[in-house]
Order: sequence, then C-alpha cells, then structure tokens
Amino acid sequence: MALETEGLLQELRKLSAGVRRRSLRMVHRAKLGHPGGDLSSADILVTLYFAVLRIDKDRPDAPDRDRFIMSKGHCSASLYATLAAAGFLPEEELETFAQPLSRLSGHPDRTTTPGVEASTGTLGHGLPVAVGAALAARIDGAAWRTFVLTGDGELQEGSNWEAAMAAAHFGLDNLTLVVDRNMLQQGDATERTIRLEPLAEKWRAFGWAVREVNGHDHAALLEAFGRLPFEPGRPSCIIAHTHKGCGVSFIEDRPEWHHRVPTDEELEAALLELERAAS
Amino acid sequence: MSGLHDCRDAFVRALEELAVRDPRIVALTNDSVGSTKLARFRQRFPQRFINIGIAEQNMVGIGAGLANGGKIPFICGASCFLTARALEQIKVDLAYSKANVKLCSTTSGLAYGGLGPTHHSIEDLAWTRVIPNLTVIVPADPIETDQAVRAAAALDGPVFLRISRMPVPQVHAADYQFRVGRAACLKNGSDVTLIANGIMVCRALETAALLAEQGIAARVLNMATVRPIDRDAILEAAAQTAAIVTVEEHSVVGGLGGAVAEVVATSAPVHMRILGVPGVFAPTGSAQWLLEHFGLTPAGIRNAALEVLEKAGARR
Repeated sequence: MALETEGLLQELRKLSAGVRRRSLRMVHRAKLGHPGGDLSSADILVTLYFAVLRIDKDRPDAPDRDRFIMSKGHCSASLYATLAAAGFLPEEELETFAQPLSRLSGHPDRTTTPGVEASTGTLGHGLPVAVGAALAARIDGAAWRTFVLTGDGELQEGSNWEAAMAAAHFGLDNLTLVVDRNMLQQGDATERTIRLEPLAEKWRAFGWAVREVNGHDHAALLEAFGRLPFEPGRPSCIIAHTHKGCGVSFIEDRPEWHHRVPTDEELEAALLELERAAS
Repeated sequence: MSGLHDCRDAFVRALEELAVRDPRIVALTNDSVGSTKLARFRQRFPQRFINIGIAEQNMVGIGAGLANGGKIPFICGASCFLTARALEQIKVDLAYSKANVKLCSTTSGLAYGGLGPTHHSIEDLAWTRVIPNLTVIVPADPIETDQAVRAAAALDGPVFLRISRMPVPQVHAADYQFRVGRAACLKNGSDVTLIANGIMVCRALETAALLAEQGIAARVLNMATVRPIDRDAILEAAAQTAAIVTVEEHSVVGGLGGAVAEVVATSAPVHMRILGVPGVFAPTGSAQWLLEHFGLTPAGIRNAALEVLEKAGARR
C-alpha cells in the first residue's frame, strides 16, 4: 500500500476514535442519546467527511457541494462530533448538545446547524430526500453527488422502498446509499424483529448496484467509495457490516445500549478502552 | 370572465407562466397528471416534470431534496392522499426544515362526492394549519388562485395551496390583489360577519344578498389564508358586527372556523357559528348534494346567521 494511503488510513482511524470518544462524552453529559448507533456509524462518517465528500466548511451552502444526508438522525452525537472535527462547528459547542436552546438538538436540524443537509429523526425520511437531491443535480446536469446513511432497522419503514423504486427507475447513479448494518434495532436483533435478510438481494431486486463491506475497515470503505458509481445508470448501495457500539467491549453488540446513557464509571472505562486502541 | 370556472385551470396556467420565467420550478405528481391538469406542463417542460408514482411519502421527501438542490418544487395531488398519507414528511421534511416546497392539493373538500369518505378531504386544514412554518391558502376563484400560485412561488418556504375542482364564479375584480395572511373584505356590513374561503366564498356572497332582503347588512370576508390567520380582520369584525359565522368546505373541527374561534375566544368574545361538515364522515353523494345535505347553501348559511344574531340579542 502506498505510503500516503497508509497515512490517510492512520488519520481516519485516529479521527474515528476521536469521534467515538467525543460522542460518548456528549451523550454522558446530555444524559440522552444513542451511543450504540453513534459508535457503529463513526468509521463511515469519518471516511465520508475526510476522504469522500467534496465539501467546504467555509461554504456549507455552496450549490455544487456533495450532499450527505444522515437519515439515522438519532445518531446525532457522532454526526456533530464529525462535523466539528471537519470544521463545520466549533469543538466547544459540542458541550451544548441537547442543552436548552442549543442548536445541536437531540436530532439534527438543518435550519440551525451548518453542514446538516436534512432535518431527520423520524426514520425513513433520508432516502426520499436524497433521491430528490440527486434528481435536482440530474436536472441541472451538475456533477455533485448525494450520499445518505440509513440504519438497518430503519429499513422497516416503507418510505425507503418507495424511494428505492424511484431511484432505480430514474437511474440515479449520482446517488449512494450506505446502510449501517449493525444487526440491532432498539429492542432486539433486526432479524428477530422484522427480518431484513436477504438485504443485498432486496436492493439488487429493486434495481440498485450493491457492494458489501466491513463498515469499520476504512480501507474497505475507501475502496468502495472509490468505485462509485458501481454501475452506470444505477444507484449504488453499500451495505456496511458494522457492530453497534463498536470500539467499547461492554457496549458492543448489546441492544440495551441503543439509547442507554453511560454512568461516570462506564464513561471512564469506555474512554480508556478507546484511547488504548488508538495508541 | 363570466360563468363558472374550475380553479385548476388558473392554477396550471399560472404554474406554466412561472416555469417559463423561472427554471427552478419543477412539478411533481403522484400518478395524477389528469386530475392535477399537468399534461400541458409535462409537454412543455418534460425535464422539469416528475411523476413519482403512487407514493406520497416519497414524493414529499423528494420535494424536500429537490429544494435542497435549489429547485422550487410544486407537488401536486389529490388533497386526501397528499396531506394524510405524507403528513409526517410535510411536518419534518418541509415545515420543520423550512424547505421551499409548494404543496398543491386539488380536489379538496367534498369534491370527490360519490367516491366517498376515503376520497373526501375535509380534515386537511386541521392537519396542515397546526404545523409551524407552513402557510395555508385556500383560494376562492380563478383570479385568487392565479395570484396565490405566484405568491407561493415568491414566498421562500413551504406553502399548502388547497385548490378545488368544484366550479366557482369569479368573486374578485380583475384588479384584486391577493396578499398572504390578509383577508379580503368582499362586502361591507355592520350586522353580522360571514367568514369563508374556497368554494364557500361565492355562497357567502349569495347569503349576504339574502340577508339584505331582510334588512340585515352582512360583511363578507374571504379568509383565503388560514395560516397565518388575519387577526386584525377578525378583531375588527368582532368589534363592528354582532356575530360571526364561518363557512368552510371542511370539518367544523380544526379548520377555518377553529382558527377564527381561537382569535375570537381569546381576544374578542362574540357569538359565533361554525358551519361545515359537523364532525362526521360525509355520506356518499355528489359534492353539490353533500353541500345541501350539510346546509352549506346560501339558505342554510342565512338561517345560521339569523339564529346566531337572535342568540346575540341583536335581532328583535
């Protein structure tokens, strides 16, 4: 592997560990949030913001920017932490997360927060909005691209499948969906709740070009993003296999951490674990 | 103009004129090219016409995304499906997000008549007017429809335009100037105020003529904008006339009457009657038959006005 790529990967790993630590501190301080999903999304978010998206923190409304839509808005802590790391928000503002009158609400608000493209929080909204953005670029013949990150449990919302049909029908190869496939939803495993598998086959059947990657492997994510669009004339779907709570042993793969708030001791233990792994 | 008009014609004419001048304008529909009268738009602007299929939630979300990409989407569909099916998208993707998207609902109210309550849309004002940031407009005739479409396009933010398909006469003069959030006083009077919008405005005017025969001077306000409501016009009516009667092609719960009553009850108590569909699913029957069934006719409105004036002690 080229030296510069190795350097980039090291940087992405460091940034991802930072986003994980920051998200946990935010959730702990606010006494609310969704740490399990924050940790499963962190590597995807960091890869997008630091190696994929063509965006400019000084021009968050630039018409030709790439759009990233965080459909799983409940993982706002990791999104805000990533936006701050990318310079869209002051680091110190993260401490206001979900505090009275903060613009960093428990779920992202596009009208108050630079870099937030869509107000989300109720599930199944991001993909339709992303299809609309991709259509706008298509109408203008513009080169900017649209990315959307959904959860996996979220795919139980029917609006996603309306959008899936539309994106394929319109041949939106400027649209990329990343599914954070951590296998868990609020109450239980997705497969014990309402089965999603065979998930890749579903997207293929709907007309999408699909690749599956390890969603915690920055090199694999980069490789996939580097091949977009996977097929001309088709929207691209990356199923990113992840672990909810990835990076902290006692949070990982445990459904109760969907929206549990760490105690002081748990926070300390989690931060220590993340620091050790990063060093 | 004379005779009766289908306001959808004024709607699509205005939309096409706007689209000629403004390349940002796009039209979306849920497989309702015919009932929204968008066939000519599709022919003239094929790149800017998108048929989303029968998928209203997706359609409203797509509208928000198009607005994010710099477009001004006009989302057109039957009111019953557009509002109810996509209400959360209207709340979150459009209103909370302040997306520059225009919802144009056609065939609102009782217009689908014999198709029955699944297709009646007599709850849409209650559903939409409670949502912050969303401007709600119910034009009364082709002149106002034309201007409301232009006003909606000029307004940076989400708008719900409720356009009927029931034929109406022209009630405004050619030089009428519609203003968002301002009621139009179509007839002055000092005894009772009739507040109506949409297809009920022409009926309110006929009611005023009936009342005049009995020596009662009715004021007629066209309250085309339901949100933001024209508080000043309501307060003035409450101060200057003995009673207020609201008339709408909608449930009596939560619509125009509710909006007026919220102002009256808290700021200027005066006797009121709220006329509309009385909180029930309407039976099947033609739209005209339904209006008669619920007393939403000039004679029915007159009777309600006489009753409320009696109650207010204004008639001896």
